Amino acid sequence: MKKSVFFGALTVAGLAAGAAAAGTMDDVKARGKLNCGVTTGLVGFAAPDANGEWNGFDVAVCRAVAAAVLGDQNAVEFVPTTGKTRFTALASGEIDMLARNTTWTFSRDVDLKFEFVGVNYYDGQGFMVPKSLGVSSAKELDGATVCIQTGTTTELNLADFFRSNNISYEPVPIETNAEAQQQYLAGACDVYTTDASGLAATRATFETPGDHVILPEIISKEPLGPLVRHGDNEWGDIARWSLNALIAAEEYGVTSANIEELAKGTNNPEINRLLGTEGTLGEMLGLDKEWAKRAIAANGNYGEIFAKNIGENTPVGLARGLNAQWTNGGLLYAPPFR
Amino acid sequence: MSDVSFVRTEMLPEKAPPVTSAGAIGWMRENLFSGWFNTALTLVSLVVILYVLSAIVPWVLSPTWSGTSLNECREMLAAAGHNGGHGGACWGVIRERWIQLLFGFYPSELYWRPIAAFILLAVALAPILFSDKVPGKLIWFSAAYPFIFPWLLWGGTVWGPIAAAAGFGIGFVVYRILSDAVSSLAGMIGGLVAALIWWLALSGLAVSALESILPIGIEAVESRKFGGFMLSITIGIVAIACSLPLGVVLALGRQSDLLIVKYLCVGFIEFIRGVPLITLLFVASTLLNIFMPPGTNFDIILRVLIMVTLFASAYMAEVIRGGLAALPKGQYEGADSLGLDYWQSQRLIIMPQALKISIPGIVSTFIGVFKDTTLVSIIGLLDPLGLSNAIRADANWNGIVWELYGFIALLFFVFCFGMSRYSMYLERKLQTGHR
Repeated sequence: MKKSVFFGALTVAGLAAGAAAAGTMDDVKARGKLNCGVTTGLVGFAAPDANGEWNGFDVAVCRAVAAAVLGDQNAVEFVPTTGKTRFTALASGEIDMLARNTTWTFSRDVDLKFEFVGVNYYDGQGFMVPKSLGVSSAKELDGATVCIQTGTTTELNLADFFRSNNISYEPVPIETNAEAQQQYLAGACDVYTTDASGLAATRATFETPGDHVILPEIISKEPLGPLVRHGDNEWGDIARWSLNALIAAEEYGVTSANIEELAKGTNNPEINRLLGTEGTLGEMLGLDKEWAKRAIAANGNYGEIFAKNIGENTPVGLARGLNAQWTNGGLLYAPPFR
Repeated sequence: MSDVSFVRTEMLPEKAPPVTSAGAIGWMRENLFSGWFNTALTLVSLVVILYVLSAIVPWVLSPTWSGTSLNECREMLAAAGHNGGHGGACWGVIRERWIQLLFGFYPSELYWRPIAAFILLAVALAPILFSDKVPGKLIWFSAAYPFIFPWLLWGGTVWGPIAAAAGFGIGFVVYRILSDAVSSLAGMIGGLVAALIWWLALSGLAVSALESILPIGIEAVESRKFGGFMLSITIGIVAIACSLPLGVVLALGRQSDLLIVKYLCVGFIEFIRGVPLITLLFVASTLLNIFMPPGTNFDIILRVLIMVTLFASAYMAEVIRGGLAALPKGQYEGADSLGLDYWQSQRLIIMPQALKISIPGIVSTFIGVFKDTTLVSIIGLLDPLGLSNAIRADANWNGIVWELYGFIALLFFVFCFGMSRYSMYLERKLQTGHR
């Protein structure tokens, strides 16, 4: 019964406090499930399908970590969090990691005592306008009405951008992306501004996407990444290197299709170390040899995850851009597996 | 000069009333066209109604039931000749997701459990709501139902609810023994303490012991799997069922002569009424998390249930206090003159009248609480509104708004309208003709 569990938990709370700090990895293994915080729903990044299965770009990171630690990509309890509840959920231990398109900022990292383990998507704030407005640059938006979600960093970025360019605007505050779509389509505002990935996803749902353009200016840096609590570095390492394994796998050409073959051994020592046929990297993490192999096999490497959830062949239709490998002129650069 | 006057000797047969004042035409003449002003109003209203319907009906009657994505719906609409934009609804989203909107993430092979729980709820409510139409023995099932309901929804061992019920039994036995031996106040305090000791300390041990001897149970379902209307109804039912007795106690406490009891009740009611529900929900979801030691697993839905119940009971207390205040002083004095003690007079004289007076207010509070359950979407629980956002996050259905909200509104309307009709029935039934 729930009640007895709860009161029992309270009475031994003091003991539990000491035990819980022991290590997130031990907790996860004992529980047999990874509690991963995701959004309550964002196109391409996390959404439940009709059967209640979660899918998306952020979800794939959770699944990779679960596969690395527990050996089962489905051993994840997805905890939907809102922008307001996400940080307390992580700080209180309700979730083990947060993969909820959260921007890596100084204050979140330092003041809120979190550990960003990397960047899985480089985003930036952009503008969408109807083509009929005849605007080709955000600097021509003097006097425009702008739909903007309240209480986000986008609001502050917008004010900064217009002030530094010495032009004026009129904000139309809105609460959710769905509301923004309706307002923008109804003509309540000339411009809709949010993260460029969100703009692309929104535009894709319009009846005539061609009538709307996304302006070239990107006015902010929004490095989105998974994060864990401060102070448990072993767990942070696991999350960080699970993400790095996905990125490195793309760089080395390890895909979900050829991973079984490559895991038998290759001439490339870096791949061998990654997949555990050489070296003791898994042991150093406190996992077994094949941890990275499982993480990659779960949903494929970074490129496959990107293509499946938000790539150019999906309705979201994002180009790789900054999120290409460094070898292709992007920013993705996994440190060596050595 | 003969003065012949006509004297009728037999009654004429009754004639049918003129067509202009009977039947449909008569009704319309009387109600819709009874003067030039009313005629004008009728015509204007008709035009407005037709205008609104001409926009809504084609939108609702759109042949998109089988659509699998918003774009497919648009193609179907174009093929059917509906013009673009808001030419028609995309009902495919409801076809694909209605089960999810009803049950959330509850395991599909266990859907029978919430369904059974809600059917049994109707059975358990029957002796309370329609006491004159069902056998009285059914009230025993109603008494057992508060323990069956959580067991069906959350599952787990059968000993948990039995142990919880045993607490009431133990409390009652201690009460009887002490009130016979010492006094009824001592009995009440002793019974409460005994029940609390059992629930807090002993029942957990007893459950695990019994579980190891005789493991009977059904598959446990975590609170995280709750969602959709099932979540709304669960929160609504628990808050409604618990807030009425709590509200009665608080209302009586507020009118009590015992100083401490009175000010505790006043403080509680005024504090809860002075704080928005959304604040209490944030306390439940985030603040409690920070205060409690890490690793404490205090179920989120249980936290929400407690907060919503407390919120509803404070409002309920004030509604019932209104009913108490409306009773003439003579009723209290009459009860005293019959030699009834406090509880007897409350039970037999005061409460039946006060509650009857408060029925519209009580049901309004119920309906309000039920609708307030949608606020839990703000703390990340996937109630119907939260799910509508999650469904829009599916790339196939991104951009769909009205269809989802319309479906959710329809279901809420069914429940709230049902409650409101029942309250009117109850008022008619309890009408004792004071006017």
